Amino acid sequence: MKREQFAVIGKSKPRIDGRVKVTGQAKYTGDIKLSNMLVGKILTSPHAHARILNIDTSEAERLPGVKAVITHKDVPSLKYGISPARWDENIFCIDKVRFVGDKVAAVAAIDEETVYKALKLIKVEYEVLPAVFDPIEALQEGAPLIHEEFPGNVNTEIHQSFGDVEKAFAEAYYVRTDTFVGQRTYQCPIEPHSAISVWEGGKLTVYSSTQSPHYFQYYIARQFGLKMGDVRVIKPHMGGGFGGKLEPTGLEFAGAALAMKTGRPVKMFYDRHEMFAHNRGRHKQIMKVTTGVDKNGKILGVHADFIMDGGAYTSLGVATAYYAGAMLPLTYEYENYKFDMVRAYTNLPACGAQRGHGHPQPRYAYECHLDMIAKDLGMDPLELRLINARKPNTVTPNAFRVNSCELEACLKKAREISGWDEKRKNLPSGKGIGLAVGSFVSGAGYPIYRTNLPHAAAMIKVNEDGTSATLYTGAVDIGQGSDTILCQMAAEAMGYTYEQMKIVAADTETTPHDFGAYASRQTLMSGAAVKQAGEEIRKQVIEMASMMLQTDYRDLEICEGLIWRRSDPSVTITFAEVARELFVRKGPLVGKGSYAPPRLGGTFKGAPVGTSPAYSFCAQISQVDIDEETGEIKVEHVWDVHDCGTVINPALLHGQVHGALFMGVGEAVWEEVVFDDKGKILNANLGEYRLPTALDMPKVTSELVFSEEPEPAGPWGVKEVGEGSTIPTMGCYSNAIYDAMGVRVYSLPLSYEKIWRALKGKREQEQKG
Amino acid sequence: MQAIQDKEGVKRYLITLYVNGDSYTRVVKANTLLVNVLRDELDLTGTKKGCELGDCGSCTVLLDGKPVNSCLVLAVEADGHEILTIEGLGENEKLDPLQEAFIANAALQCGYCTSGMIMSAKALLNSNPNPTEQEVREAIAGNLCRCTGYVNIVKAILSCAQQPEGGSE
Repeated sequence: MKREQFAVIGKSKPRIDGRVKVTGQAKYTGDIKLSNMLVGKILTSPHAHARILNIDTSEAERLPGVKAVITHKDVPSLKYGISPARWDENIFCIDKVRFVGDKVAAVAAIDEETVYKALKLIKVEYEVLPAVFDPIEALQEGAPLIHEEFPGNVNTEIHQSFGDVEKAFAEAYYVRTDTFVGQRTYQCPIEPHSAISVWEGGKLTVYSSTQSPHYFQYYIARQFGLKMGDVRVIKPHMGGGFGGKLEPTGLEFAGAALAMKTGRPVKMFYDRHEMFAHNRGRHKQIMKVTTGVDKNGKILGVHADFIMDGGAYTSLGVATAYYAGAMLPLTYEYENYKFDMVRAYTNLPACGAQRGHGHPQPRYAYECHLDMIAKDLGMDPLELRLINARKPNTVTPNAFRVNSCELEACLKKAREISGWDEKRKNLPSGKGIGLAVGSFVSGAGYPIYRTNLPHAAAMIKVNEDGTSATLYTGAVDIGQGSDTILCQMAAEAMGYTYEQMKIVAADTETTPHDFGAYASRQTLMSGAAVKQAGEEIRKQVIEMASMMLQTDYRDLEICEGLIWRRSDPSVTITFAEVARELFVRKGPLVGKGSYAPPRLGGTFKGAPVGTSPAYSFCAQISQVDIDEETGEIKVEHVWDVHDCGTVINPALLHGQVHGALFMGVGEAVWEEVVFDDKGKILNANLGEYRLPTALDMPKVTSELVFSEEPEPAGPWGVKEVGEGSTIPTMGCYSNAIYDAMGVRVYSLPLSYEKIWRALKGKREQEQKG
Repeated sequence: MQAIQDKEGVKRYLITLYVNGDSYTRVVKANTLLVNVLRDELDLTGTKKGCELGDCGSCTVLLDGKPVNSCLVLAVEADGHEILTIEGLGENEKLDPLQEAFIANAALQCGYCTSGMIMSAKALLNSNPNPTEQEVREAIAGNLCRCTGYVNIVKAILSCAQQPEGGSE
C-alpha cells in the first residue's frame, strides 16, 4: 500500500466541541435568549385537504401580550421550495391547506403561554375537500387534485433507459421480478427545530438549527426580496439533522415576517408533534424490480419501476426520486438499465431527504431481490455479489465515474469476520445470517439550485503571535464532527498542531461560502478547500523560515508546529516564531482555498443526480435470532465493512458507522409514521414512533478496507462515511430473517407482527402440504 | 408552600430549589415544569428539551439523587428538594470522570442527549459503581440518542466503573 504517514490526520483526536457539550455549556438555538425577545408559533391546519374560506384574527390580536398575528395577507405570496424545479409552497396557505399541519397563520407574543392562547383565538373557516393518502390512489383518474398546476398529482415523472433492457431479458438464462414496499420514516433529530429572527435597520439575522446556512440565506433573501448580503444566517451548536434540517421551514419564514412586523427578535420552535408534521423524512416507495441473469449469475440487465409518496409538497423530492434509481447500478456491473419513477402528491406531510437520500429503500428491495435470485439459482448470495461487484475505474450505465472501489474486498472481509461460510451451513433453525451492500456519494456533483459558486471555501488566519490559528469555514457541524476533522485537516496541511486550532463555522457573515451538511459532502469538499488554505499558509511560513534561517526552502521540513533543516535537523525554528515575524513584516497571515468538483456525469435528463467526485462502498452482514412463537427479532451482531478512503479521525469515523447503521436498524424493524383515515399522525412522538433505545442496538463490528491507490478525487484520498452505512442495513436484516425462517416479508418495517404472520402462513402452508 | 393570587385569580407559589448546591427562590404557577424553571428562570440551559413528553430523556436531572425527566416534574413538586444538573457535575475546571470518559470515548456527536445521558449514567454509578453492560443499557434506556447507536456511550460509562470491563465493540 502506498500510504503517506500523517502527523495530525488519521488520529482519534478528541472533538473540538467535546468539553462544551459534556458540561452543558454548548448553546443550541433554543438555548439562546436575546433582549426583548418574543415567542412565535405557527397555526396549522387540522384538515388534510380543505379550502380556506375566511381567517379571523381579530380576537387573537386583542389578547394582551400579543404583538403580531400574520396570515398570507401579510407576507410575500412568492412560492418557494428547496427544489427550484418545483416551487410549490407558500409561507402561509392562500387558497387551501393540503395536509394536517399545513401553515395557516402565526403569532408573536411576550411568552409561550400567551402564544398558545392566541393561536386558539384565530378563527379559520374551512370547506373540507376529499383527500387522498395513498400514492397509487392519488395517481388514479378522478383522485382529488392537490395542486392545480400538477395534473394527475404527478410531482415528478422519470423514464430513463440505458443499453437495451428488453434484449438483455430476452437473452437471459433467468429473469425474476419482485415487488417491495417501503415505509414513511422521520429523521427524529433529538434537538427540535428552532429559529430566532432579528430585524435591524434593513438587515435580517437568523439563528437557526440548519444543515445549510447558505441555502437558508439564499431562499430567505429571495422570499423577502432582500440582498443576500443583508441576510445573515448563523448556525449555533446543533442537535442533529439527518436531512430534515436541510431546507428552511415555516419557522424561518414566519419568524422573519414576525420580526419585521414587530421590530423585536422572535424565537420560533416546533414541538415534537409539529416536527413530525413538518416531516421532510424518508419517502415511502413501492418498488418493482426485475433482473435478468446468465446461468452463472452474472447480471445482464435491471429494470427498476418505482412509485413514491411525496406528500403535499416537493421539498427535496425531485432529487430523492432521481436518487432512488440512480444509485442502484453503483454496486454491480451491468450495462442495461431502465428506471421508471413517479413521485405522487398526497395529502400527507411532505417527504424529503433522509440519511442515504432516496437510496436505502431501493437498496433494501434490490438486495432482497438478489437473494431470491441466488436462491433460485442455488448460489451462495455472497458469491453472486462477488461475481457482479463493481471494480475500480469503471463507469456505471448512467455515466457515474467510479475511481476507487473496494466492494469486492468489503465482501471478502465481511465474509471472513462474520464467519459467513460456516454460519450459512450450521446455524440452527430460527437463526439466520444475511448480507447486503451499499454505496454512496461523497458530495453531490451539482448544487441544489443552479449556480457557478464553488461548493466549498475556507480561510485560515494564524493569530498574531502564532500560538493559535482560526479556521473559518461555512461547513456545518450538525454533530457528525466536521469542525473537528476540518481542524485536523487544516493543521495537517499547515504543518501545525490540532490542539492550537480554533474554528468559526457556519455563519454566512463571518465564514466563507459552503453549501453545508448534506449528501455526505463535507470531508471531501470542505476538506479540499481547507487543505488548500492550509497549504497556502504552509508555503508562506516556509518562505519566511527560509529567510530567517538563511536556508534554501527546499531544505526545510515543517510538521506539528516545528520547522527544521533536513540536512541538519538541529537547526530549528517554531511555526509560532515564523508566523509572528510574518505578521510584523507583512500583516495578517492568511490562507484561503476553495473547491468545485470537475464536470461530472452524462447529458440525459436527470443526469446530475447521483454524480459525485468519489463513491464509498460497503458490505454488511447481520445475524438474527427469531422467536418463532412471537415473531420477535433479536439481531445478535452486525458486521460493517466500509471502503471510505483515507481516515481523518478513526473514532469519529466509526461513530458515523454506528449511527448510520443504528438509523438503518430502527427503520428495518420498528420505525414508521402512521396516519389515521383523516391524515392525522397517530404516533407523532418518540415513544410510539418507537425510536430504538440502548437495549435495541445489536453488537456492532465496524471494519475498514483500503485501496492500493488512494482515491484521487478527495484531499489525501478521503471519501464519505456518514450516510453509507444506513443503506444496506434494511436489506441485510431482511435477508438474515429470510435465512432464519425461510419465508420472505415484502414490506418495511420488518415488524414482529409481520414476522409472526409470515411464520403462521408458512406453518399453515406446511400443514396443508 | 406560600401561595399568592394574581389579579386574574391565578395562584402563584413560592418555591425554593436547591440546585447544584445553591438555593434559588422563585414564584411559579401550579403547572410550571421543573425543566422550564431550570432553563428559563435559572438559565441552566445544559438541561435540554427534546420532546416535553418524557420520551427522550434530554431533560434528565437528578432529584435527590434519582434520575427524573424534568419535563415531567412540576416545579412545585421539586420545592425543597436537591437537584443536580449537568452544570453541577465536576468541580470548577475539573470535569467529572464521566464527562472525561464521554470525550475520551467519542461518546457524543450532536451533544443534545449528552447532558441527560451523563446524568442517568451518574445516577447509575452512584447506586451501582460496578454495573454490567446490560445494567448500563437499562439505565440509559430512557435516554434517546439518534447519533451514536449508543455504542460509544455504553463504552464510556463502562470505563468509569470501579473495575472497568471490556466494553462492547
